[in-house]
Amino acid sequence: MYQDVILDHYKHPHGRGLRDGDAEVHHVNPTCGDEITLRVRYEGETVADVSYEGQGCSISQASASVLNELLVGKELDEARRIQDAFLELMQSKGQLEPDDAMEEVLEDAVAFAGVSKYPARVKCALLSWMAWKDATAQALGEGAAKERTA
Amino acid sequence: MTDSGRGLPGLLDTEAIRKDFPILDRAVHDGAKLVYLDNAATSQKPRQVLDALSGYYERHNANVHRGVHVLAEEATALYEGARDKVAAFINAPSRDEVVFTKNASESLNLVANMLGWADEPYRVERDTEIVITEMEHHSNIVPWQLLAQRTGAKLKWFGLTDDGRLDLSNIDEVITEKTKVVSFVQVSNILGTVNPVEEIVRRAQDVGALVVVDASQAAPHMALDVQALQADFVAFTGHKMCGPTGIGVLWGRKGLLDDLPPFLGGGEMIETVSMHSSTYAPAPHKFEAGTPPIAQAVGLGAAVDYLSAIGMDRVQAHEHALTEYAVGRLREVPDLRIIGPVTGENRGATISFTLGDIHPHDVGQVLDEQGIAVRVGHHCARPVCLRYGIPATTRASFYLYSSPAEVDALVDGLEQVRNFFG
Repeated sequence: MYQDVILDHYKHPHGRGLRDGDAEVHHVNPTCGDEITLRVRYEGETVADVSYEGQGCSISQASASVLNELLVGKELDEARRIQDAFLELMQSKGQLEPDDAMEEVLEDAVAFAGVSKYPARVKCALLSWMAWKDATAQALGEGAAKERTA
Repeated sequence: MTDSGRGLPGLLDTEAIRKDFPILDRAVHDGAKLVYLDNAATSQKPRQVLDALSGYYERHNANVHRGVHVLAEEATALYEGARDKVAAFINAPSRDEVVFTKNASESLNLVANMLGWADEPYRVERDTEIVITEMEHHSNIVPWQLLAQRTGAKLKWFGLTDDGRLDLSNIDEVITEKTKVVSFVQVSNILGTVNPVEEIVRRAQDVGALVVVDASQAAPHMALDVQALQADFVAFTGHKMCGPTGIGVLWGRKGLLDDLPPFLGGGEMIETVSMHSSTYAPAPHKFEAGTPPIAQAVGLGAAVDYLSAIGMDRVQAHEHALTEYAVGRLREVPDLRIIGPVTGENRGATISFTLGDIHPHDVGQVLDEQGIAVRVGHHCARPVCLRYGIPATTRASFYLYSSPAEVDALVDGLEQVRNFFG
């Protein structure tokens, strides 16, 4: 479960720290006390920045780092595709073997495939991704978000 | 693995005891030997309890207190026999003072609700006070918060000292003439602290307040004598003391149980029922509405027999020796900080700690990979974590079958955790 990629992100997180943003959310995992404060900043359709601060286990912290690395600079549609793919992987209960196509989308995030076998830890991996989704909806507004996916 | 802990004075013959617990033989994760150190969450069950459960269902199953057939009479005798066993185990003056519930949480909620609905002089209402402590399990916080919100009573609590004990320096300001009830834990499920029951009871009695003791982490580990405690109510659960889940106990003084109103209504708890009104059965049945957890009570009776045969004083001596050994060995681990008393004095066999800035989830996961089962998180006592400025702890908790070798396995496991995340 603890792939080197995950430990690398945990020990050397990307983009950690809070910077200016269009919206801020605070998400907690009440069963274990992991928490994250996350801000998003958009430039038009582009994810200009995802900044965050939080405390929690290596899985939740590494996941936030991977999210930052993967999503910053992407167009919103592409970012959503990546989020969907990560969600699918994490909900796979260890049954999904990431193929080349998935690896192309998720890059380092495929290292979390092993985490999906541990129900208690899936929430840790998803904490920052759910926070990003929530922050994005707030930043762009419900209507704006729908328009963009249409 | 070293065997430096062998020969500690007071240790039980764990090799013999472990033969009674089939689960302790199993391996996890492709062959790692199970080292079960999560006993504060739930204990394992000896063969004697498992046999009592299956024997009940295979030979005697029926509903209790109704029906004149053989099985109904046998089931009733077994269920009520379990009540006798529990009464003797806690030195209750009367078997009628033992109310079966589904767990300690239900027992505590039952008391809180009784006091909300009671007449004077017990009634908790506006301008009265409820006292708890900062080291309570959520099950001894939330029912009182609910009661306070519903009645307008004020909820107060004792804080904690830096070394994990109750701060009773302001006891006369916390427990006052307005206090109706003082509810506190005998042994903390997160800090391991054994609290000074007598001092709190004395002050509560001085002001005429009722005393509720949460003995969930005491009943499994030491002789529990409700008369010596001098409390008014004592709550505990079966599954932490070798019994099955789904069975808890509320002991209450006979006079109080007679005076206080029922909470749940239904079958079993009545005397007569008409469409206009009902009268209630005497305690304990007044508080046991509906079909009770019969097999579970029988299982708890078998657990009580099992523990009594070994002797609770010997169980306590074993755990004390093991705790002293564990505290000593854990203090050798670099960056390890024990959250709670750092000596074996007045502490139970539950030890919470942090390990540098490695998150407890990661500690627990790497230990699990080595077959070592600990609990990580806030242990349903989040205010304690807030008090000590930590998000969570790793908790190792021992029982009568735990051995020094398992303490050594934990210490070795923690070394691997440090290497992994260091």
